[in-house]
Amino acid sequence: MSEQLDLRFLYRKLRQIRRVEEEIARIYPSDKIKSPVHLSIGQESVSVGVCSALRDDDVVAATYRGHAAYIAKGGSLSRMFAELYGKVTGCGTGKGGSMHLVGMDKYILGSSAVVGTTIPISIGYALALKREGSGRVVASFFGDGATEEGVFYESLNFAALHRLPILFVCENNAYAIHSPLKKRWASTQLCERVRTYGIPAISIADSDVLEIRQWASEAIAGLRRSETGPAFLECHTYRWREHVGPNEDYQSGYRSIAELQNWKEKDQVEAIGVRLLPSERAEIDSEIDAEIAAAGDFAESSPFPGPEEVLTHVYAS
Amino acid sequence: MYTPANGQRSLRYVDALREATIQEMERDKSVFLFGLDVDDHKGIQGSTIGLQDRFGPERVFGTPLSEDAMTGVAIGAAMAGMRPIHVHIRMDFVLLCMNQLVNMAAKAHYMYGGQVRVPIVIRCMIGKSWGQGAQHSQALHSMFMHVPGLKVVMPSNAHDAKGCLIAAIRDDNPVLFIEHRLLYSTECYVPEEPYTVEMGRARICASGTDITLVGISNMVMECLRARDLLSEVGISAEVIDPISLAPLDIDAILNSVNRTGGLLVVDCAWTNCGASAEILARISESPKLHGPVQMERMGFAFSPCPPSPPLEQAFYPDPSKIAAKVHSMVRPLDREWSPDPEKTILSHELQFRGPF
Repeated sequence: MSEQLDLRFLYRKLRQIRRVEEEIARIYPSDKIKSPVHLSIGQESVSVGVCSALRDDDVVAATYRGHAAYIAKGGSLSRMFAELYGKVTGCGTGKGGSMHLVGMDKYILGSSAVVGTTIPISIGYALALKREGSGRVVASFFGDGATEEGVFYESLNFAALHRLPILFVCENNAYAIHSPLKKRWASTQLCERVRTYGIPAISIADSDVLEIRQWASEAIAGLRRSETGPAFLECHTYRWREHVGPNEDYQSGYRSIAELQNWKEKDQVEAIGVRLLPSERAEIDSEIDAEIAAAGDFAESSPFPGPEEVLTHVYAS
Repeated sequence: MYTPANGQRSLRYVDALREATIQEMERDKSVFLFGLDVDDHKGIQGSTIGLQDRFGPERVFGTPLSEDAMTGVAIGAAMAGMRPIHVHIRMDFVLLCMNQLVNMAAKAHYMYGGQVRVPIVIRCMIGKSWGQGAQHSQALHSMFMHVPGLKVVMPSNAHDAKGCLIAAIRDDNPVLFIEHRLLYSTECYVPEEPYTVEMGRARICASGTDITLVGISNMVMECLRARDLLSEVGISAEVIDPISLAPLDIDAILNSVNRTGGLLVVDCAWTNCGASAEILARISESPKLHGPVQMERMGFAFSPCPPSPPLEQAFYPDPSKIAAKVHSMVRPLDREWSPDPEKTILSHELQFRGPF
């Protein structure tokens, strides 16, 4: 891929996630989306950087703030919007909601609303891939809060012990809901903690999408060759909107607008966008807006599930 | 009870579990077995012994003491198409797995719109006696019965242990497979070829006309012994083993109760919010229940399990207590009766030597 084509690809993904979530925020006051949304606006580069280093048959596991990873791995926008609307055509047939997006056709494992819960599930999937022996890998996304759960350390240990083909990706946005790191971490040396398990770990400070992708590509190449065990990537990033919901919350006092301004200067959608020709950028933008409009129309026009659906899928048969 | 055909062997419960595991692992390469010490020299009381030699360390392996993460590993591997069996030597430890079992395993098929299946078997053992105490003796099946998406089976004999384990491994849902330590040495006739015992179908273990006794797990044995004691005073008790609690074959119990006119559910667990409460509630609210029926339940005393022998005796139901309770239900106007203590000594007290 030429450098310019590559930038177009990255910009398209970054911009697509940004615009999808802006559209969700625009629709939200209408109450058509009856599902708590945890927007990734500001954090897009982590998912895009990592997923652009994956193959189609690689696997991702994401969190309840998972729209970005779902889109970056190629999840259907129509099925995502339909799920947010509670429609039967949604990726979870209206039984998941925003916090439980899934797309097994694209190897997107279902996301969870309980912090840290998908980490061991992703290592279980990686165990199966190792047995399969075809060089596929898992990228497991989670937030800084998840690293405070005991299961995180249990999972690091098991993945390292069995040399599983998994890339752990910590999206460190510095807040667990509204609690800052300094109230939660005795030490900020997350990568050092991880390295004690024999897992190579690196921290990327300013969410540069090219740097994230570069490091992820090298780590994943090692995982495919089964030479190493797992690898760990900490990406500092920033959530621009409130923890849950469509709005900003800088008036509430737990963080400052100056913090936001600092991160907005590093905005990766813009950073990659300015490297394209204005005409290229405009073309991509209009294509994305058309896709989003089509996905919204699909959700609007899709039927709700019938009440009898409440009891289907409780058990697999 | 199960009637043997010619040439069938008598097998211990624990050996039936092992045989079921071997047969399924030979049949299906996606089945694997893991858990703390499944690969050690004791092999979970013998139920997993020799399996690592037979199937290799990729399909049979011990784990770190990380019950929470290991349950996630089982779920993730199952989502990728494998069929894990995760073993816990005590059911008490499954409390460390609750987030994964309740929030993920039980809900994944539903919450993800049928896109994934979670065919996992969680084998776990209830301990009893020899001072196991409060954290090695709990029977927590009702916690799992409460949650849609989980199946719960508690086979009471070697025949059903083998058939239920094979059925659980082949099932596409998470199954809590709950064993009782005191059943491990019990024997019955077990066919050599693989077979399944269907979940959701109860078994009438012994027929009777005066009352229906429903026993859960090892309490089936104790109910059968109570039945013998009661026969000496002319009371005829029917004993039913539900085998699986989720799904629960309530119709089999209802039909029996409609014949006998009485119901006593005996659980190897606490009664409040328990399996016995659920069975009584479902019978009570059934429109097919004929006339007024006397219903009672028995289970653990409402305390943690104490290790001291006299306290432990007060804590557990036993055949003598069951028989006395049945007598008071069937003949409420008679003087209180309890069986001859000589005849009520518990079978495991004669056979069983610690430490487990």
